[in-house]
Amino acid sequence: MPPDTALPSSVHHPLGTTAPQIAVINKPMDLVCGTTLPFHSLVFEAYGILNKARNNAVLICHALSGDHHAAGIDKDGKVGWWDHYIGPDKAIDTNKFFVICPNNIGSCCGSTGPTATDPETGKPYGKNFPSIQVRDWVESQKYLMDHLKIDCWAAVIGGSLGGMQAMCWALAYPEKLQHAVVIAAAMKLSAQNIAFNEIARRAIQSDAEFKEGDYLDYQTSPKQGLALARMIGHLTYLSDDALGRKFGRLVNSDGLGAAEKELGEFEVANYLNYQGDKFSQQFDANSYILITKMLDHFDLAQDYNNDPTEAFSQAKCQFLVISFSSDWRFSPLCSRQITNSLIGAGKAVSYIRIESDQGHDAFLLPDTRYQNALGLYLSRAASELEANAL
Amino acid sequence: MSDDIGPIGAWIAPKSRLLDLGCGDGDLLRTLIDDYQVQGYGLEIDPDSINQCIRKGLNVIEQDLNGGLENFADNSFDTVLMTQTLQSLRHPHLVLDEMLRVGRRCIVTFPNFGHWQTRVFFALRGRMPVTKQLAYQWYDTPNIHLFTYKDFEALCSERNIRVLRRAFVGSPLLGLNRLFPNLFTKTAVYHLTK
Repeated sequence: MPPDTALPSSVHHPLGTTAPQIAVINKPMDLVCGTTLPFHSLVFEAYGILNKARNNAVLICHALSGDHHAAGIDKDGKVGWWDHYIGPDKAIDTNKFFVICPNNIGSCCGSTGPTATDPETGKPYGKNFPSIQVRDWVESQKYLMDHLKIDCWAAVIGGSLGGMQAMCWALAYPEKLQHAVVIAAAMKLSAQNIAFNEIARRAIQSDAEFKEGDYLDYQTSPKQGLALARMIGHLTYLSDDALGRKFGRLVNSDGLGAAEKELGEFEVANYLNYQGDKFSQQFDANSYILITKMLDHFDLAQDYNNDPTEAFSQAKCQFLVISFSSDWRFSPLCSRQITNSLIGAGKAVSYIRIESDQGHDAFLLPDTRYQNALGLYLSRAASELEANAL
Repeated sequence: MSDDIGPIGAWIAPKSRLLDLGCGDGDLLRTLIDDYQVQGYGLEIDPDSINQCIRKGLNVIEQDLNGGLENFADNSFDTVLMTQTLQSLRHPHLVLDEMLRVGRRCIVTFPNFGHWQTRVFFALRGRMPVTKQLAYQWYDTPNIHLFTYKDFEALCSERNIRVLRRAFVGSPLLGLNRLFPNLFTKTAVYHLTK
C-alpha cells in the first residue's frame, strides 16, 4: 500500500468535533459505463473503535444529497445527518461498532466528483464526469474497505439510495457483510419517481446560468434551478399530513402593514424556499443530475433475469428491512417487495413498518420504535460478533 | 403456550421451512429453530412482540393476517403454523384456506370453548366466560370467534380439509379427558392438509 494509506485514527465519543479523513485510492477503477477512473479520493468520517479482530466495522451509505458527516458536530458546528441514530448507546452504537461513512464519488462534498480536477484536462470534470451506477459506489466503497484493512462489514446500513447500496453490497460481495439494513428503499424506481427526478433535472438545465453544464468554466452558478430542483425533491420527501401539521395555512406577516397582511407569504412557501436556497449554496448541479440519473437507472434484478428472488439468492447476509407508513416516494410496498423476494430466496430477513406521518424523510428523524428496533437488531449483531470471536 | 409444543415438535420435520402466523414474542419459533433446525419466519403485528423476536434473532415480518397471505407462493412452506390466533381473525375460514395454499401441511391450535370451565361459567353466571385462557371482557377481547373443537372439525369437513392428527391438551382428570374430550380440552392442536 502507498504511504498515504495509513489507518485513520479512531474518533472517541462523545463524538464532539468530528474530522473528515481522506483515502486516496491510487488504483484505477473501472466504472459500469466503461470509463476508468485512474484514481479517486474518498472523504469519510469514522466513529468508534475498530476492534482487534477488525470485524466490528459498519458502513453507512448516504442518499442522494448526503455526505460523510453522518454524526457528531463538525468544525463548523454542523450536526451530522444521522446523528439521531449514530453515537454511543444510540441505535448504531459506537461503543460496539466502528462506524465509517464515506462521501461517494460523483457527489460534491470532498470525494472525487464533477467539481474535482480531471487529470486529463487539468480542469474540473464538470458535466464530463462519467455516469455512475450504484454498483460503482459499492465498488469504490470496497476500495475504501481494503484501504482500511477491513475484511468483512458487521453491517452495511443505508436509507433510500443508501438502502440500494446495502442491497447491492449483498449481491456484489456476499462474503463481505454479515448484515444489510435496508431502510425506505426500493429495488427500482417507479415511473412517478423517475418523473420527479426528470422535473428536477429540467429545472437545473433551464437555468440560464447552467450553461449546458459548463457553469464552472463560465464562473456562473445555476442556483435558481438547483433550488427549484431541491424544492420539488424535498416536497416529495414529506407527507401532506406532516406539512399540514407543521405549517397548515399559516401566513408570515412580520413587517407587513394591515392591508398587506392578507397577502403575506405562506409559511410553507417560506420553508420550501429556504430549503431550496440553502441547498443551492451547498450542492453541485452536475452532481445532482448525475446522482438522480443513478437513482433512475438502479434496477436490482436487471442482471438476474429481472427476477428479484434470483438476485437475492446470491446474498449470504441477514437483512433488516424498514419502511415508513406515510412514505410515498419509496412506499412500504417497495419494502414489502424486497422482503418477499428475500423470503422467496430463503434468506434471513426481518421487516418492520414504522407508523409515521413524516413521509420519506422519516428515515432521518427520531422515532422511538424505529430507534429501538434498529438498536435491538444491531445489538444482536454485535453479540454474534462476540460469540464468533470465542 | 408451552402446552402446545409437545405435539407440534413431533409434527415438524427437522430442517424444514416453517411459517409461524401470529408468532407473538417468538418463544415457540425460537424453540423450534433451536430443537429442529427449521428455517422459520414469523408474522406478527404487535410492535413489542416484534421487538422481542428481533432480540431473539428471529426472522419476523410485520404483516396483518387479516390481509391474507397473497405475498407467499403456493406450497412455499413445509408447514404453516398458527397457535392461539385463529379465534382472533376476522375471517378464520379464509385464512385457513390461505394457510393450506401456502403450506403443504398446517398446524393450528386454538382454545376449546367447549371446556367445562367456560360452560360452568356461562351456565351459572349467565355471562360470557372470563377464564385464565380467555382472560378478556366481551367488549375488548381479541378473541372474536369462539368455537369448540367440534365446530372446527365441522368446518374442516365442510371445506374438505384433511385432519392428519389431532391432540387435545388439558388437565388429565382420571382419564375423563379421553371420555369427554370436548369438556376437558383447553387447547386443541390440529395437523392439517388439503
